[in-house]
Amino acid sequence: MSTSSPAATESLLEVTGLEKHFPITRGIIFRRRIGAVQAVDGIDFFVRTGETLGLVGESGCGKSTTGRLVTRLLEPTAGKVVFEGRDITHLSVGQMRPLRRDVQMIFQDPYSSLNPRHTVGTIVGSPLRIQKIVTRQEVKRAVQELLELVGLNPEHYNRYPHEFSGGQRQRIGIARALALRPKLIVCDEPVSALDVSIQAQVVNLLDDLQNELNLTYLFIAHDLSVVRHISDRIAVMYLGKIVEVSSRSDLYARPFHPYTLALLSAVPVPDPARRDRAQRERILLTGDVPSPIDPPSGCRFRTRCWKAQEVCVTDVPPLRELASGHYAACHFPIDDMERSAGSRVAARAAAAEIAQDTASEPV
Amino acid sequence: MTALPQLAVTRADAPTRFLEVRGLRVHFPTDDGLVKSVDGVSFGLERRRTLGIVGESGSGKSVTSLAIMGLHKGGSARISGEIWLDGQELVAADQETVRLLRGRKMAMIFQDPLSSMHPYYSIGAQIVEAYRIHHNVSKQVARRHAIELLDRVGIPQPAKRVNDYPHQFSGGMRQRAMIAMALSNNPELLIADEPTTALDVTVQAQILDLIRDLQEEYGSAVIIITHDLGVVAELADDIFVMYGGKAVEYGTAADLFARPEHPYTWGLLGSMPRMDRDVRDRLIPIKGSPPSLITLPSGCAFHPRCPYAELDGIPCKTVVPTLGEGDRHGVACHIPPPKRRELFATDIAPHL
Repeated sequence: MSTSSPAATESLLEVTGLEKHFPITRGIIFRRRIGAVQAVDGIDFFVRTGETLGLVGESGCGKSTTGRLVTRLLEPTAGKVVFEGRDITHLSVGQMRPLRRDVQMIFQDPYSSLNPRHTVGTIVGSPLRIQKIVTRQEVKRAVQELLELVGLNPEHYNRYPHEFSGGQRQRIGIARALALRPKLIVCDEPVSALDVSIQAQVVNLLDDLQNELNLTYLFIAHDLSVVRHISDRIAVMYLGKIVEVSSRSDLYARPFHPYTLALLSAVPVPDPARRDRAQRERILLTGDVPSPIDPPSGCRFRTRCWKAQEVCVTDVPPLRELASGHYAACHFPIDDMERSAGSRVAARAAAAEIAQDTASEPV
Repeated sequence: MTALPQLAVTRADAPTRFLEVRGLRVHFPTDDGLVKSVDGVSFGLERRRTLGIVGESGSGKSVTSLAIMGLHKGGSARISGEIWLDGQELVAADQETVRLLRGRKMAMIFQDPLSSMHPYYSIGAQIVEAYRIHHNVSKQVARRHAIELLDRVGIPQPAKRVNDYPHQFSGGMRQRAMIAMALSNNPELLIADEPTTALDVTVQAQILDLIRDLQEEYGSAVIIITHDLGVVAELADDIFVMYGGKAVEYGTAADLFARPEHPYTWGLLGSMPRMDRDVRDRLIPIKGSPPSLITLPSGCAFHPRCPYAELDGIPCKTVVPTLGEGDRHGVACHIPPPKRRELFATDIAPHL
C-alpha cells in the first residue's frame, strides 16, 4: 500500500467541500421549500491508489450518502468530486457511463440489491453487456471466471438469487462489481447483514481481491472493528461532517476528537476479564444524534461534548493537521493526559452530566 | 400443541434453580419438511445471574426464548421437553396460565422496537396496559408509574414524552421505552433478544449499561440473546453457544473466552476482528455456511464445516455428541478433552 506523502496527483479520488442537502417541501401544487436535510455538509477527503479508506460513523451521519455522491448515484448540491484528475461532479448519466468501468459499488443488503427475476449469469454479465466489452458469446465464459474468482461454483450460472445464502449473494454482488475490472470500489456496509463466520469470509475475499487486482476501496461501515481490520486510513463522520481522518493505527491509539474517543470506548470488548475496566472508562454520550435538518451551530458535536466551551457554539472547527497525516476538527483536541485511565473515568462522569437537548429530538 | 392434562404445580422432580429448561425441542412442520429449530436444549439460570445465548441466524436462539415465553402456544409448533420457572412447569401449562405469568414473572425485550410496539397507541398507553393487566389500579396511578419508569430508563421529560407515539421516538429511545414496558411489573426473568442489534454503538453502550443497572436494582435473572460476542462478554456470567438447534458449548464467560473447547466457538472467535488486539493479517473464517434445519448433517451438525472432523477416527458423521451432564464447562464434541486443549493451545490461541 502506498505510504508516501499525500501529493494530490497520486490520489485516485479527491473530494472537496462536498455537500448534499435533501430539500423538504410542503404543498402539493405549489411546492415550497421549507428546509433541508443536511446529509453531507462540506467534506474533504482523498483516496490514494491501492489503499482502503474506511468511512465510519453512526446511522444518519451521511456516510452512505457520501458513497452515493462519489459514485454519482446522487447529484451533489455543492463541492467537487475529482476522479483521476477529472471533475465528475456534474456529469450526466450518459457521460458517467464510460466511467462506470472504473467506479463500482457493492451494496449492503444482498437481498434487495440483486434482481430476483434474473439469473446469476444475467446479473453478473449485465455490466459486460452494457459496456459491450466482450462479445455475446464470450459473456458466459467471462461470468464463470468471475464467479470462480469470488469463490462461487461457475456451474451455478443459471441459478436465481433466492437459491443462494446471504454470504453467497454478497459474493454475487462482488462479482458484478468486479466484472469491469474497476479501479475504485465503493463498499457500502458490505458485511453488516452477514453472520459473523460469513462476514470473515467476505472480508478475507475483499482483502485478496485488492491484492490480486490492485483495487482501491472506499469502505463504508459502522462496525469499528471491521473497519480497523480492513482500512489503511480511516475517516470518522458525525452529522454530515468529517471530524477526524488518520492512519488506522494512529486513530485507534491516539484519537484527537472527543467523539472518536467516545465512539471507540463504546465498542464492547470481547474479553470478560477486562469487562470492569472497560466499563469504568467507557464514555457514554447522553441522548441522541441531533437532527440534520437543524444541526447545532459551530461544532456539531458540542451538544454532547463534555469539553464544549463558548467558542464551540460560535465557530465551526476546521479540519486541522494535528500530527503528521492526522487531521481532526476540534477546538480542544484530546491530549495524551486525557487518554489515561484516570482522565477517562473523569470524562465519563463529565459526559454523563450533560443535559439532553430535547429541542432537537425528532418531532 | 396436543392437549395435555393440567399438571400439578409442584412435582417431585421440580428443580431448585429459578429457571430450568430440560430437553426442550421446538419443531415446525412445513411443506418442505420438519424444521427442527430447537432440538434438545437444556440449561438453568439462577436469580441475579445473566445467561448469554450466542449463535448465528437460524441456530435456534430466538425460538428457545419464545418457547420460554410461551409464545409458540397456539401456533403450529410442536414443543416437547420441560421448562421450569420458579417451580412451575410451562410447556404443559395452558395458554391462560402462561399469559398470566408473562409480564409479571417474565418479560421480553425484542430486537426491533418499531415493529414490536403498536403504532396506533401512545408509549404511555402501552406501558399502562401492561401494568394494569397485573395490577388492579386506576389509570392515573398506572400513568404515574409509567412516567416513573420512563424517567428510570433515561427518557428526558418523561411527563411530556409519555403521550408520544412510537414513531416520535428515536431508535435508542424506543428501545428504552420497550425496556420500561418490560420492567413495568418487576419481572423476575428478563429475556433480551438481540436488544442492541439495530442500534448504533454509542447507543448500544447506553442500553447495555441500562440493562446492567436495572438488573442490579431489580435482582432479576437475565437471558441475553445475541450473535455479537462482544455484547455477551460485556453482560453474561454464563454463556451458551448454539449451532443447528443444539447447544455446542456451555460455560462461564471467563472460561469460554479464555479456554473455549469447541471448534465452532474457536471459529467464531477467529472470525471476529478485535479492537483490543493487534490487527491480524487475515481473519480465520469458518468455511461453508450454516446448515439447513430441515436436513441437518448426521452426527455432529458442525462436521461439514469442522477442520477437525474425523480426527483420529472419532465418529463425527454418525454419533451426535452431547454436552455432558452437570459439567461447569460442557462441550458437545467428540475430540477427547486433553486433545481439545492441546489443539486450542497450539493451533488456535496463537492466531486469536
